[in-house]
Amino acid sequence: MNDKLIYFLEITGLNWFVPLAKIAGGEPAGFQFQQLVKMIGLPLIAMLAFLFFWHFGAAKVDTSLGQLPGPVQVWEQVKVLNEEHQAERQRETDFYQRQEQRNANKLAKNPDAEIKVRDFNGRPTFIDQIWTSLFTVFVGFLLASLIAIPIGIVSGLSQNLYNAINPLIQIFKPVSPLAWLPIVTMVVSAVYVSADPMFSKSFITSAITVMLCSLWPTLINTAVGVSSIDRDLLNVGKVLRLGYFTTVWKIVVPSSIPMIFTGLRISLGIGWMVLIAAEMLAQNPGLGKFVWDEFQNGSSNSLSRIMVAVLAIGLIGFALDRIMLTLQKFFSYDKTANIR
Amino acid sequence: MESYLNIDHVSIDFPTANGPFRALDNVNIQINKGEFVSIIGHSGCGKSTVMNIVGGLYQATEGGVILQGKEVNEPGPDRAIVFQNHALFPWLTCYQNVELAVKSVFGKTRNRQQIRDWTLHNLELVHMTHAKDKLPAEISGGMKQRIGIARALAMEPKVLLMDEPFGALDALTRAHLQDSLMEIQADLNNTVIMITHDVDEAVLLSDKIVMMTNGPAASIGEILQVDLPRPRQRLDLADNADYNHYRSEVIKFLHQRHARKAA
Repeated sequence: MNDKLIYFLEITGLNWFVPLAKIAGGEPAGFQFQQLVKMIGLPLIAMLAFLFFWHFGAAKVDTSLGQLPGPVQVWEQVKVLNEEHQAERQRETDFYQRQEQRNANKLAKNPDAEIKVRDFNGRPTFIDQIWTSLFTVFVGFLLASLIAIPIGIVSGLSQNLYNAINPLIQIFKPVSPLAWLPIVTMVVSAVYVSADPMFSKSFITSAITVMLCSLWPTLINTAVGVSSIDRDLLNVGKVLRLGYFTTVWKIVVPSSIPMIFTGLRISLGIGWMVLIAAEMLAQNPGLGKFVWDEFQNGSSNSLSRIMVAVLAIGLIGFALDRIMLTLQKFFSYDKTANIR
Repeated sequence: MESYLNIDHVSIDFPTANGPFRALDNVNIQINKGEFVSIIGHSGCGKSTVMNIVGGLYQATEGGVILQGKEVNEPGPDRAIVFQNHALFPWLTCYQNVELAVKSVFGKTRNRQQIRDWTLHNLELVHMTHAKDKLPAEISGGMKQRIGIARALAMEPKVLLMDEPFGALDALTRAHLQDSLMEIQADLNNTVIMITHDVDEAVLLSDKIVMMTNGPAASIGEILQVDLPRPRQRLDLADNADYNHYRSEVIKFLHQRHARKAA
């Protein structure tokens, strides 16, 4: 049981708690305690030092929007933003209750009455924006992976194809999302025409921009991973006369999984960064828009609220990376590999 | 009479910037069914190239390989290969590694139970049943090579090709595996081509030793028939005059007549 718990903690990257689990499992507490101090104590000290410098450093900077906020003011805004979110949810519930009530009354008076059901049209709160951003980055990342992994595999297997497309990859890879954005916006406006669109155009634009920027690391890493497969393994496949797709599925994909995931992790990180920038510039809903709106708003709380967003962006990026790391460890055959 | 496997005047050129490079020149070997043939020579003499041509991984520039009267020029399970570095799939257990081969070769002709039995039978043949659910990374080098041999045998090959199969192992493990291989060979009477650079291994295991000259344009120097009675025992042979004669023949070939120029 304890072994399973430790394995779970290690594979999910929650290594901090491994010493605790080991102490609970009856291992000598002294050594595990040292490990605990190393794993939790040191980062904690660094974190406190950071807060200290932030607190006293920020107090010395005066901006046109007032003093640069320190940790205390930022924490205030975390609470405020959360309260605003709760309040908005309350308004939504109330709205639907009133609407239901009204419609019920109408129907009671006249069973044939035409009733109207309207959606709640409230202001998206900070937390709504987080979900929008997460969903957008997920869609863009998924699209990118669906394109990049197959192309990476095919071009890793064929040196000629790789030589052919390599210059294109190298040219498009360094292009900033902000350069893509106007083109994507125009193309989406022109192509995605529908009377009753399933997704809003701004969502599609952001997702495609994310996709364009997060294609490359996955593509390149997959191609490199595939082309560096042990030749003997492929020869085994030839001796067994496996077909092209069987070879890919049974030999190529499993042996390049570690490299594919390395690429996916970089891609997701880039996608997340790109998304924020794209949302700011294009005024697409999401965290980027939140930051931009607060900046334009220019109230005395704006800087604190932007900092909340900055921290949220960082924490979510960290969490996304952890999730990818966990998946990578789960899918890799070499569980002992030291993946960071 | 037509021999079982005929390596018929094979030459191979590899393209280089300075024109074709002739690696093998006019290699001609006849092998009978059930014969154990070793190919020995200095490193770089093209031993592995011969094996890769028989295995179908390389195409001969001139000549060809004829197995049971039919030319073979692509890889196939009738010429199973045991690789020097075992080439097991690291994400599959030992059982799954062998099973993959069994399924690919017999998937259409045998049912699930037969596939399972045949996989287990071959693991038993190399004495690896106890580790069938382990990953290759969890077993020793010798054990990995046993699985590699089991996988090759499971394909029921007409010819078993072994590319320095024990080259990466320590001397004791190598001796164990050689003994196992002799046992299996006595049981199944496979036709085997083994590449080696170990003189004792060649004499102990083979019916015929093909000694190759140094490259470029390597060819066959001599072919030595080893007429030692089977089953052979490593210990008994140590003082056997015939054994030592064969051994010194090979050593003289390698180190006197075709000594490698200072590497």
